[in-house]
Amino acid sequence: MNDMRIVKRDVDMNDIKISAKGVQVYYGDTHAIKDVNVEIKDKTVTAFIGPSGCGKSTFLRCLNRMNDTIDICRVEGSIQIEGEDIYDKRVDPVQLRAKVGMVFQKPNPFPKSIYDNVAYGPRIHGLARTKADLDEIVEKSLRRGAIWNEVKDRLHAPGTGLSGGQQQRLCIARAVATEPEVLLMDEPCSALDPIATAQVEELIDELRENFSVVIVTHSMQQAARVSQKTAFFHLGNLVEYGETGQIFTNPQDPRTESYITGRIG
Amino acid sequence: MSDQSASNGRISHGSLMVADPRTKKRNAAEARFRAYGIVAISIGVLFLAALAFSILRSGLPAFTQYVAKLEVTLSQEDYDAAESKMLKTAAYTDIFIENFSNALDERGVDVAYDSDAIERILGKVGGDIRGHYREHPDDIGRPVTFQLQTSSRVEGYFKGRVDRESLVDSRFLVKTDLDIVDALTDADILTGRFNWAFIKGTDAGVDNPGGAGIGAAAVGSLFMMLVVLLLSLPIGVAASIYLEEFAPQNKFTDIVEVNISNLAAVPSIVFGILGLSVFIQFMHLPQSAPLVGGLVLTLMTLPTIIISTRASLKAVPPSIRDAALGIGASKMQSVFHHVLPLAMPGILTGTIIGLAQALGESAPLLLIGMVGFVAREFPDGVVSGFLDPNSAMPAQIYTWAARADAGFYEKAWGGIIVLLAFLLTMNIIAIILRRRFERRW
Repeated sequence: MNDMRIVKRDVDMNDIKISAKGVQVYYGDTHAIKDVNVEIKDKTVTAFIGPSGCGKSTFLRCLNRMNDTIDICRVEGSIQIEGEDIYDKRVDPVQLRAKVGMVFQKPNPFPKSIYDNVAYGPRIHGLARTKADLDEIVEKSLRRGAIWNEVKDRLHAPGTGLSGGQQQRLCIARAVATEPEVLLMDEPCSALDPIATAQVEELIDELRENFSVVIVTHSMQQAARVSQKTAFFHLGNLVEYGETGQIFTNPQDPRTESYITGRIG
Repeated sequence: MSDQSASNGRISHGSLMVADPRTKKRNAAEARFRAYGIVAISIGVLFLAALAFSILRSGLPAFTQYVAKLEVTLSQEDYDAAESKMLKTAAYTDIFIENFSNALDERGVDVAYDSDAIERILGKVGGDIRGHYREHPDDIGRPVTFQLQTSSRVEGYFKGRVDRESLVDSRFLVKTDLDIVDALTDADILTGRFNWAFIKGTDAGVDNPGGAGIGAAAVGSLFMMLVVLLLSLPIGVAASIYLEEFAPQNKFTDIVEVNISNLAAVPSIVFGILGLSVFIQFMHLPQSAPLVGGLVLTLMTLPTIIISTRASLKAVPPSIRDAALGIGASKMQSVFHHVLPLAMPGILTGTIIGLAQALGESAPLLLIGMVGFVAREFPDGVVSGFLDPNSAMPAQIYTWAARADAGFYEKAWGGIIVLLAFLLTMNIIAIILRRRFERRW
């Protein structure tokens, strides 16, 4: 059973999910992202690493057009998901965000019950016809979020009453409940303690089975632990992109080597 | 200290057991600040207590009225006889006096009086009695207990405004009348009771302070508040949501923003003039109508509601908006499903502050004709409640306070108590609603 999955994963890994070409991002007069080209594969965990302010979060937010909410932000170049340009004017960002889910740095559950937190996405997208359908989606999502066993007896307790790590896993469950194809994670473990971090990392590895996961992280150990591909950003440039093992053991660019060995950043 | 720090290159902190001069200074400053705070709060409480005391002292007598109770049984023959006379009310006065003297005899009260004295003390009793029997013909032949209100000056005697020493005999009251009043009080015929007529009464009291009531004006205020609430809450909240969440940041929205803040500072009488020229002279809406009053007060309340709503929308953490957008909610869904419920307590507070201001406003109402003496009767229904001429409580109070008669002055204080009771009720409702919406998880 396990072996079968690995084989299936290997086959899928060849598909390119997101392809970004010549992406430039400006915040007013600031040139935040400079000509980034990257291809992100399906059913893979891709990590973006780099020092603070290098543009990795900005680039991540381009992938589901969350930057649209910032007035002064301007994006150029093309980002395609399965061959479709997401910045085409026919694309509704709301529809895009149902396909590309996002988990944020700080756990941000809605001040509602655990059940309603997870059920909100399916409800607004009309994914469930009946209450039973919805119950099923909620249970499945909470299981995928590896939090079902902890909350199954108190689904109607407030989501904000959970611990930090549980809240973040609830947010992941909420993100996967809409059945996205890509899951973006913006430093999902930076507000968590080591034990919660380990749980979330384990979860990310499991999510790889169904989703293409892109994770921004400050921790190089985390990138090494969870990702298959790693991209190193520096001062708005994508310096190096490759297999995680290669980036950490045999970086091609001297800047990558300096960052990994702790000399810049 | 300086040579010590020079010797080892560090600042010496000295013993922890002794407070250094800087610490002492800081602690003293903090103690002074606390003292200022306590003094400020004490002064505030003192003023509040003085205000409440003076309002209650001057206003509470307005809620007591003094009546003469007398049981009268009128036979059909007496009724026919009285109705056939030329001076009908005089005939009824005679009937009253007959019953009255019987009652006095029964209780063993011995006091001299004539029909003029009765009229000075109890007003035109004949008319009151005739009115009752003409309205309720079934009561003929049955014992009826009449509760006849004392005249304003007699009431003043009970409430301490009139005394024997300062009383100058006039056609309204002479000194011997007070002896009769005392005797009647001892005999339990004249008694004080709660003045429901003041709260329910519709007579704005053009010439009779004793009968004046704030009821109609209170209904006018209620209808106005309905107009204000129904217009300013949706318009204000919608405008703030648009400005805060959807509007682009440009020169135009900046100008709109500045002007909303300016509007909040415009004197209310300016809104009154605006209402007069736009709603009445241009749009030909009915004068003195609570609808127009409500419209004017809506203009006045909107800036308050918009400013407080925007502040509470701003206070909702952006992470909630991100969370909703990240799941694929549209901007509108994120605002209405998540941001607005969280901002609700703040919006309610702003709305109540705005409504309370509007409820206490009299200047703009005077300009559109909602003056005190207009309130004469309760509206027939909801539509006439909005459209028929009426007054509002503050305008009514203002009119009473401007009158010379001490009886009216007392009514003005009583009206303030009713107004404050209205405000307290509104605030309590707001607090209950806040508690419901507030999510402390």
